[in-house]
Amino acid sequence: MERIQIIAIATSIAFLLYIGRLIIRGRLREEYAIVWIVCTIFLIAFSLWRNGLEVMSHLFGIYQAPNLVFTAAIFALMIYLLHLSVVISKLQEQNKTLAQEIAIIKQKIEEESKTN
Amino acid sequence: MNNIKIAVIIPAFNEEKNISKVVENINKIKRSHGFDITPIVINDCSTDDTFKVALSCGCIVLNLPVNLGIGGAVQTGYKYALRNNFDIAIQVDGDGQHPAEEIPKLINPIFNGDADIVIGSRFIEKTGFQSSNIRRVGINYFRYIHQFLVHVQFTDSTSGFRAINRKALVIVNDYYPDEYPEPEAIILFAFNGLKIMEVPVEMKERQGGVSSIGTVSGIYYMIKVTLAIFFTYMRLKSKKI
Repeated sequence: MERIQIIAIATSIAFLLYIGRLIIRGRLREEYAIVWIVCTIFLIAFSLWRNGLEVMSHLFGIYQAPNLVFTAAIFALMIYLLHLSVVISKLQEQNKTLAQEIAIIKQKIEEESKTN
Repeated sequence: MNNIKIAVIIPAFNEEKNISKVVENINKIKRSHGFDITPIVINDCSTDDTFKVALSCGCIVLNLPVNLGIGGAVQTGYKYALRNNFDIAIQVDGDGQHPAEEIPKLINPIFNGDADIVIGSRFIEKTGFQSSNIRRVGINYFRYIHQFLVHVQFTDSTSGFRAINRKALVIVNDYYPDEYPEPEAIILFAFNGLKIMEVPVEMKERQGGVSSIGTVSGIYYMIKVTLAIFFTYMRLKSKKI
């Protein structure tokens, strides 16, 4: 095993452990962690299988192996960002509804406390 | 006519200087015409004393805990009006641009059953404050969009001075656009088969405070509303099929 492989595997495992820690402490929800865990597993797999990148590039008909990495990584990031935008939109909608309910309920409580 | 409950929804963001005057003018109309009108101020998380000033006017104040923007604030008022069995809801800006004396013009077509939504337009008779040039360009642009999508023309589709009846309240209770809601709401109403009417009103220049639309954000406004109108159109269209 070469030095770079060891570094890559060690970093990936450290990253995986950190994600695990975040989930255990309740700071990251499992559904958002899935994508990170899958990515890390990919990284580990290709660190172990040195020729894997060449083989995959050949399969997709890409001449230079690093281009596959860039294309795949950028695509994955874009999809994940879109997913985050969807999550934020949902949160914003829920936040709005909650704020409106609070305003209406607060007014009702104040009105009732006035009449009593 | 006197047993019809009318809510006047006043969205207010940092309007401490104008709000008491607006409420007072509405109460004047209430006395002179004998309408059952209730002013409802929605304080959109103002950083000034809008909340206190509005409370001291003795009207209903809905105090939003976070800033929702004009659409979210107005929808809060609509939700309140629907739950408290109001028959008509009128939207009046908190900055004094929409004179209370014109309210009867807005509600009469609803009383007579001629319309479900009445929009106060400053461009039919072209009197009073006529708005800035850039805004008029936008208004003309939306006129074509509305003509194209729902085959109705409006002279003042960005006007927030409108009255809606209970049928429309049920619709906006479920969905109302957040930012710059006026042109998009027209599509929403038209698609739900509601009758929309424009009546000529006279508007004033804002008495104080800052417009929600600056010159730079005008372009963003047009893009955002165009997208919103388009997607609302698509959503409603797919629902109908």
